[in-house]
Amino acid sequence: MRIEKDLVAAAATPLVLGILMEGDLYGYAILKRVGELSGGSLQWTDGMLYPLLHRLERLGYVTSLWATSDAGRRRKHYAITEAGRQQLAERQEQWTVVADALRQVWQTVPRPSAVTEGWA
Amino acid sequence: MPLHDDLEAQIDRWRGYVQRRQAIGAADVEELEDHLREQIEDLLGTGLDHDEAFLVAIKRLGNLDAVSREFAREHSDRLWKQLVLVPDEPDTRTRARRELAVVLGFAVGAGLAVKAGLLWSAGDWAGGDTGLVRNLGLLVFPFLAGYFAWKRRLTASVLVTLALSFGLLAVVLNVYPFGTGQYSEFGSTEVLAALHAPVLLWVLVGVAYVGGRWRSDARRMDFVRFTGELAIYYTLLALGGGVLIGLTVAVLQAVGVDPGPVLAEWILPFAVPGALVVAAWLVEAKQNVVENIAPVLTRVFTPLTLLMLLAMLTVLATAGGLGEIDRDLLILMDAILILVLSLLLYSISARDSLARPGLFDALQLVLVVVAIAVDAVMLTAMLARITEFGFSPNKIAALGLNLLLLVHLLRSAWLTIGFLRGRRTFTAVERWQTRYLPVYGVWALIVVVVFPPVFAFA
Repeated sequence: MRIEKDLVAAAATPLVLGILMEGDLYGYAILKRVGELSGGSLQWTDGMLYPLLHRLERLGYVTSLWATSDAGRRRKHYAITEAGRQQLAERQEQWTVVADALRQVWQTVPRPSAVTEGWA
Repeated sequence: MPLHDDLEAQIDRWRGYVQRRQAIGAADVEELEDHLREQIEDLLGTGLDHDEAFLVAIKRLGNLDAVSREFAREHSDRLWKQLVLVPDEPDTRTRARRELAVVLGFAVGAGLAVKAGLLWSAGDWAGGDTGLVRNLGLLVFPFLAGYFAWKRRLTASVLVTLALSFGLLAVVLNVYPFGTGQYSEFGSTEVLAALHAPVLLWVLVGVAYVGGRWRSDARRMDFVRFTGELAIYYTLLALGGGVLIGLTVAVLQAVGVDPGPVLAEWILPFAVPGALVVAAWLVEAKQNVVENIAPVLTRVFTPLTLLMLLAMLTVLATAGGLGEIDRDLLILMDAILILVLSLLLYSISARDSLARPGLFDALQLVLVVVAIAVDAVMLTAMLARITEFGFSPNKIAALGLNLLLLVHLLRSAWLTIGFLRGRRTFTAVERWQTRYLPVYGVWALIVVVVFPPVFAFA
C-alpha cells in the first residue's frame, strides 16, 4: 500500500520528532526507522528529510551535532529539544483528535469494497 | 570504509553536480553524501552490484531539482550571495581584522592629507584655491595606491618607482608657473593639467593594483573591472552618506544648531576621500563573491545609448547648422565617446571570451559604428572651425582626446566585425582594449607636462 503524498508530509514532523524521542539519530537512521515502523509503506524521497530537519532545527525543535561515524566520516546527529517535546505533545493531541473522529465516522459507514478485498 | 574505485568516482561526480546548487550548502552536501554512502553500503549488502546500488541510492535520494527547491525554501537567503567582510573562522578573522585596520588607517590618512591641504590653501599655499584643485588628486590617490601596495606586497623596485612617479608629478604640478586666464584666475593650461593629472594618478594606482605586473593583459582587465565596480560602490557610499548627513543636518537645524562649519571643515574633508579607500576595500573583498554590477548596467544602457545616438545623428543631419558648433560641443562629444567606450569596455570585461558571437555583440557593433558616425560629423565641423580661428590649448587637448577615442572605437569596430564573421577570436577584441589603454595615460602625461611650457603657461 502506498500512502498519499500529502498525508506523508503531514505525518513527517510528528514522526521525526517521535523517533528522536527514542534517542539521538542521524538522517539515514531516521529514515530506516520510519521504514521499520510503517512496514515500508510510509516512504518519502530521502533527500527531502534534510530540509525538514533543518526547518525543525531553525524552529528550535531539534539541535544538531557533527560527530564521526564508525567509518570515519563526518556525520550530523539530531536530538530533540524541550520545545520539540512540547511540539510533539501538541501534535499528538491533534492526531488523536483526527484519528478519533475518523474512527467514529468509519464505524457508522461501511468500508468501500476495494479496500476490504485488500489490494492496493 | 572506502567504497570500490568506480563507486568513489561516481560519488565524486555526483558531489560535483550537487555542489553547483546554490541552495545546497557545503555542510548539506556532506550530510547528503553520508546518507548516499550508507544507503549504497546497505544495498551492496543485499546483493546488488555497484552500478545498481548507486542508481537505486540516487533514485531514493530523489530528483535533485526538487530537493534543491526544498532546500531553497528553507534557506532562501542562500540564493542571495552574502558578502562576509569579517569571517567567523579564527585564522581568517584575524587577517580580515588586520586588513580592516589598514584600510581605515589609509582612509584616515587620505582625510588628514585633504584637511591639511585645505588648511594650507586657506593660507594661500601654492596659489590659493587653484593650487588645491591641482593637488587634490595627489592628496588622495597615493593612499589608495598605498593600500594596494600593502595588499599586493609590492616589491621594493615597484614601490620606489611608484613613489618617484607620485613625487615627480607633484613637482611638475607645483613648480610650473601657471598664469591666470583671461576670464578667471585659472589659466587654460592649468585647468587642463588639473583635469588630466587624475588620469595619470589613476594609472599609478593601476600599477599598484596589478601588483607591478602591468604588462599582463588579464591584470589590466582586472583593473578595468575594479574601476567600474569602484565607481558604483563609491556612488552607493556617497548616497548613503548623503542621506545620513542630510538627516543629521535636519535634526540639528530643528533644535537650532548650525552644523555647517563642522560639516564643511571636518566631516566632508574626511568622509569624501576616506570613502574612496573604503570603497576600494569593499570591491576587493567582494570581487568573487558578488556579481559585478557594471556589466549589468551596460546591458541596460547599450540599447538606450544607441537610441540616444541615433536621435543625435538625425538632429545633426537635419539641422544643417554645423558652422554654429562651438568648442563646448567638442568636449560634449568627448563625453559621449567616453560613455560609448565604457559601455564597450565593461561588456567586454564581463563576456566569456569563448562564447560564440551573439545578438548583443552585433548590437554593440551598431552602437560603436553610430558613435563613430556622429563623431565624424562633429570632427569635420570642428576641423573647419579650427582652420578658420586657429588653435588653442583647450581645442588641441579636446581634439587630441577625440582622435584617440576615435582610433580606439574604429579598431574595436573592425575587430568586432572580424569576430562576428568568425574570422577572429574574441580575445583579439579584448586584447585591443587592454593594449590601447596606456595610450590615454601617455596622452594625459603630454597634456600635464608638455602643454604648459609649449603654450607659455597660458
